[in-house]
Amino acid sequence: MAGSVWRSLLSRAAARRHALSLASFSRGIQTVTLIPGDGIGPEISTAVMKIFEAAKAPIAWEERRVTAIQGPGGRWMIPPDAKDSMDRSKIGLKGPLKTPIAAGHPSMNLLLRKTFNLYANVRPCVSIEGYKTPYSDVNLVTIRENTEGEYSGIEHVIVDGVVQSIKLITEDASRRIAEYAFEYARNNQRNSVTAVHKANIMRMSDGLFLRKCREVAENYKDIKFTEMYLDTVCLNMVQDPTQFDVLVMPNLYGDILSDLCAGLIGGLGVTPSGNIGADGVAIFESVHGTAPDIAGMDLANPTALLLSAVMMLRHMGLHDLGNNIQTACFDTIKDKKVLTKDLGGNSKCSEFTAEICRRIQDLA
Amino acid sequence: MAAHSAALSLSKIINPFWGGRLGNTVKVRHRCSVFGTTVTSHRNKAVLAPPPAKYGGRHTVTLIPGDGIGPELLSHVREVFRFSCVPVDFEVVHVNSASETEDDINNAITAIRRNGVALKGNIETKHTMAPSVKSSNHLLRTSLDLYANVMHCQSLPGVQTRHKNIDILIIRENTEGEYSSLEHESVSGVVECLKIITRSNSLRIAEYAFRLAREKGRRRVTAVHKANIMKLADGLFLQCCREVASGYPDITFDTMIVDNTTMQLVSNPQQFDVMVMPNLYGNVVSNVCAGLVGGPGLVPGANYGRDYAVFETATRNTGKSIANKNIANPTAMLLASCMMLDHLMLYDHASSIRNAVLTTMNGTRLHTPDIGGQGTTSEVVQSIMKIIQSKGQLTAEL
Repeated sequence: MAGSVWRSLLSRAAARRHALSLASFSRGIQTVTLIPGDGIGPEISTAVMKIFEAAKAPIAWEERRVTAIQGPGGRWMIPPDAKDSMDRSKIGLKGPLKTPIAAGHPSMNLLLRKTFNLYANVRPCVSIEGYKTPYSDVNLVTIRENTEGEYSGIEHVIVDGVVQSIKLITEDASRRIAEYAFEYARNNQRNSVTAVHKANIMRMSDGLFLRKCREVAENYKDIKFTEMYLDTVCLNMVQDPTQFDVLVMPNLYGDILSDLCAGLIGGLGVTPSGNIGADGVAIFESVHGTAPDIAGMDLANPTALLLSAVMMLRHMGLHDLGNNIQTACFDTIKDKKVLTKDLGGNSKCSEFTAEICRRIQDLA
Repeated sequence: MAAHSAALSLSKIINPFWGGRLGNTVKVRHRCSVFGTTVTSHRNKAVLAPPPAKYGGRHTVTLIPGDGIGPELLSHVREVFRFSCVPVDFEVVHVNSASETEDDINNAITAIRRNGVALKGNIETKHTMAPSVKSSNHLLRTSLDLYANVMHCQSLPGVQTRHKNIDILIIRENTEGEYSSLEHESVSGVVECLKIITRSNSLRIAEYAFRLAREKGRRRVTAVHKANIMKLADGLFLQCCREVASGYPDITFDTMIVDNTTMQLVSNPQQFDVMVMPNLYGNVVSNVCAGLVGGPGLVPGANYGRDYAVFETATRNTGKSIANKNIANPTAMLLASCMMLDHLMLYDHASSIRNAVLTTMNGTRLHTPDIGGQGTTSEVVQSIMKIIQSKGQLTAEL
């Protein structure tokens, strides 16, 4: 009982600290670590930098490369200059990173996640007017626990022909993600949070996750809290996605559902994503692949990275700037005159970027 | 064996209607080698199955009403069966979802072992109870080793959906995977849940999938997995699928990661043909596909084991919120009962009921509220019975 009071005090203190740091953003230039990535990464990063320049955003970009290097003791880690830059700036924007198969090291995304303890993956899915999909009016956010669950990576071959994979659910991680979900809902004026689970089958593990969500919900009475089975969510999502608002869930369900929702609005090429870590670190990224077949040909679509950058601006409290850039991007897509190939048009990435820059300057 | 052939010749005299059907069963008879073995032609394999529970020409089937909309839908099924003079008697076994002991579900399992076939509604799992009280539905599936869950998702012309021309056969491993119910709290606040994948079960389900695909004339089987993250577990599943695929060169085999699968399903579901996958992904994919073709009220599901078969709705919903309001959609349960009749080799009854259901759905377009109509459950069932009667077969009073 006292523990929960103490914890809510702590979270309020953290919110105040966050608000103070937000104030510093609006006063000066914010440094952001930019990781262009591989494949089409560099060209879409350039596009985003150009658009931000046109919008006169108070951002100073620090470009860093991220590859897996082996540190002392044989442990894989990211280059120290990248880590330092991120620790200082606390905000990152990342393009797609490739993971070569059989490279001997874990995936780059996994390394980043472990290094900065990125525990929450946030994916807002909003239907893009002008990019037609069978689903319109989608407006939901999936918040996925990113560190444990089914992706613990702990697997054993018990006897020949029997494999066991361990799903780990801890009280701390569940509470942390639930608190983040409710804070996010409050900060972004969302009405309800739905916990997605399969506690009828995985009684103890998802039961623990649910219990923590219920406990945290007690401290956020202004936000409606519901629970729904994973299969019911899937069933209803493809029939009527408008009934969902914020969804919070463990790792595997989050992976599947967030990609399902991305599919509803048009795919990974137009979906933004953000990863929130402990100590206030936040890395925003585009979740599509490196597309090596079109790399360097000026054909890539920068929308996903751009929308992630807009998410980043909102995280920093620069809502107006974020809205302007987003409006310019959506208007360009709605207009259908200058679209990249994957959106159904014929233009180059640079032309698409130039058109968005023009609209931003008109808006200013 | 002798009784079987005597019954066949007797029925040929009584009802020449069955002449065409007899051709099939005659072929079936020749494949039996030992007394007491039967071949289910639609599964296209010879198995050492228990003898059918057929007394006096009438089959006995276990009926488990379950909770929510289960009881009312199953009573409609019984009504339609009685009306169409289907030679099936139901042995009703109630399972109380609120009880702490497993006596009820064990009784149900024994009844199914006795009869070989069951039709069931979903039994609610109250997850507020202690974790030692396991899900009754899952207990039933594992005890009877119903290893394959088969669901056929087809777009129905009479139902308005965002996607058209969907025709996907989903085969889901039904007993292991994430549903192993092996959980423990190793340290306070840390819970571990084990996902088990075995070679034998994976081979078994892959074999089932490819055999069914060949039987139904399907061209492509897709295995759904997450082997990039769960390298050993899903890796083993994939390896088994590949091994089985090599024995079926006429069928194309490919794989897809589960998150990409769901994304593809909502944007382009027509690309999928047959899909095979472990338990949890099967849950997700089958619910997504059911939603794509129009909802949980339309798709029937079947659970097959080596010796037993249990039929139910594909998405296994309890439907508590619409229970007893006469608005539930009887289509899924009625189509499941037709699948059961096919399993019992009562093909003509199966076709007549199925045609009546589909005519009501697509022709007269009498829909329940879940698919946007105004009809009640009873109206839909009455319409189905009228259509059966109009086809001229032997029926009881309406």
